[in-house]
Amino acid sequence: MSDAGLLFLQLIVPAATATVCMIARGSARVQHSIGVMGAAVALAAAAALLLRVDSVGVLAAQAGGWAAPFGITIVADRLAAGMVLISALVGLAVAVYSLRDLRDGALHWEFFPLFHLLLLGVQGSFLTGDLFNLYVWFEVMLVASFVLLTLGNRASQLEGALKYVMLNIVASALFLVGAGLIYGKLGTLNMADIAVKLQDPQEAALLHTSGVLLLAAFGLKAGLFPLFFWLPASYHTPRVAVSAVFAGLLTKVGVYALMRAYTLFFAAKFADLQALLLWVAAATMVTGVLGAAAHFEIRRILSFHIVSQIGYMVLGLALMTPLALAGAIFYLGHHIIVKTNLFFVGGIVEHLRGTGELSKLGGLYKHAPWLAALFFIPAFSLGGIPPLSGFWAKLAVIKAGLEAQAWAVTSIALLVGVLTLFSMTKIWAEAFWKRQPDDHKPPPRPVGARRKLIPLVLPSAVFASLTIVIGLAGGPLFAFAMRASAQLLDPQGYIEAVLRAGGGAP
Amino acid sequence: MNLVLALTIAVLFASGIYCLMRRCLMRLVVGLILLGQGANLLVFAAAGLTAGQPALVAEGASAPPPGAADPLPQALVLTAIVIGFGLTVFSLTLLNRARKASGTDDVDAFNRTDAV
Repeated sequence: MSDAGLLFLQLIVPAATATVCMIARGSARVQHSIGVMGAAVALAAAAALLLRVDSVGVLAAQAGGWAAPFGITIVADRLAAGMVLISALVGLAVAVYSLRDLRDGALHWEFFPLFHLLLLGVQGSFLTGDLFNLYVWFEVMLVASFVLLTLGNRASQLEGALKYVMLNIVASALFLVGAGLIYGKLGTLNMADIAVKLQDPQEAALLHTSGVLLLAAFGLKAGLFPLFFWLPASYHTPRVAVSAVFAGLLTKVGVYALMRAYTLFFAAKFADLQALLLWVAAATMVTGVLGAAAHFEIRRILSFHIVSQIGYMVLGLALMTPLALAGAIFYLGHHIIVKTNLFFVGGIVEHLRGTGELSKLGGLYKHAPWLAALFFIPAFSLGGIPPLSGFWAKLAVIKAGLEAQAWAVTSIALLVGVLTLFSMTKIWAEAFWKRQPDDHKPPPRPVGARRKLIPLVLPSAVFASLTIVIGLAGGPLFAFAMRASAQLLDPQGYIEAVLRAGGGAP
Repeated sequence: MNLVLALTIAVLFASGIYCLMRRCLMRLVVGLILLGQGANLLVFAAAGLTAGQPALVAEGASAPPPGAADPLPQALVLTAIVIGFGLTVFSLTLLNRARKASGTDDVDAFNRTDAV
């Protein structure tokens, strides 16, 4: 297959799966198998893309054959291809995980079409080389997430969605204004072309407004302090399958956009913002972890931990050394797997006991030791215990911080690591070790419950083993992260690939 | 003309943000609409206004005449308007459902998903 075809395939597969799932809504069995198969095909396509990109460097293709910078470029460097692969992996895992809710009737036929449209938005955001196109992919992702969030119509969901929707629409307006001002000033929206034009310091002089607007827009999507309030207000309200995919992917798209901005098209503006980003990262880590400490429901605790972990990734970005960026990239990958898995496990707990509130839980270690193992691995990886994946991610970011002599921020990062562990042991002690409280008896297990658990346990077990594998054999993966980071820090190859790429209609 | 547009944009943004800060749910949506329109108009105006020079390629020529208006911002704004329309309809529906589910349209009553 041609390179252009390979790039467009990443978008065609989810789009086609969503369409077919919509057509096949009459038969649940057919729709569910198509929904899962589509996700599997997307994973295979993403793996093929990553292999190709890692050997060539950068792949670029022009949509509709319009040469850059006039048309829309679809482009994949190592970071983008890696993100596409890991998102496709989460897509497949969540598709399997959701089968349980779909069969129970807790989710209906709308789920799979929307889910694949959400993945389409995510993959599009990773692959686009055009700022306005990025805005459009963000909207595709947002609109799908709005509806997914409200599937079920419970009062808490509507309330969570209200906060999520309002704040995200404001961020979209800011993004649009920022992009519009860039076009007004530079006459281009192609990211590579913007980067070329901004190498001239005179051109860069009047772009502070756009820079700050885009920082606010991307920062809100990423869940940075002080813009994260929509996240812990909404992520614990929908069905677990929906929570898990949100937790795994959506904020990371914001982090990715920040990385793209400050290594490519706003690289010239980065020096002005470095100090701000460092302190925003520190504040994000601290507020997230303290928010988690204040909560006593599994999914609420986990939601706040998303915020705190985003701080580490942005810290890596803000340090902007090869090691720090590689650490941030490694962190992104590790975090997507671990966080999705923690939501999976939280969902299994809610499924077995009917609640995620720690005061009503207990005795899970005795009744379901396998579940304790499934929780233990991602939880202690999140806390940064060696030899699990989180340890290497934290180690890289913190080592880079020490090398850059950012003492204050680095010590905050270390402290937050300890507090993360505290939160995880809180869940462990309350839900798994403590005796089941006498006034909250677990619901009786229905007949055939074991078999019904398979779609819930399988993705979680696979992700848990991935966490161990990344931890034990992290060398090649970290080497890949270093290659991706080197590519980000020297965007010349990316720029040349985009501006040179020939037209290639799908 | 630029000044008139700039003032309109300023008024749209200011009133949009004012509405977003009110406690009534309905005002939230009005605020979002105003903010969205302000953003659209700003994108339209930021790329420069050219009056009476449509970017039409004359017969036989291969490029629009020099000094023609840039059609791209208009295409961008058109996309943004369509997206904004969808978002507005969705937020109206959501607001209606949320109001029915909670029985109030005071934003201060929506504090359960944040409560510790």
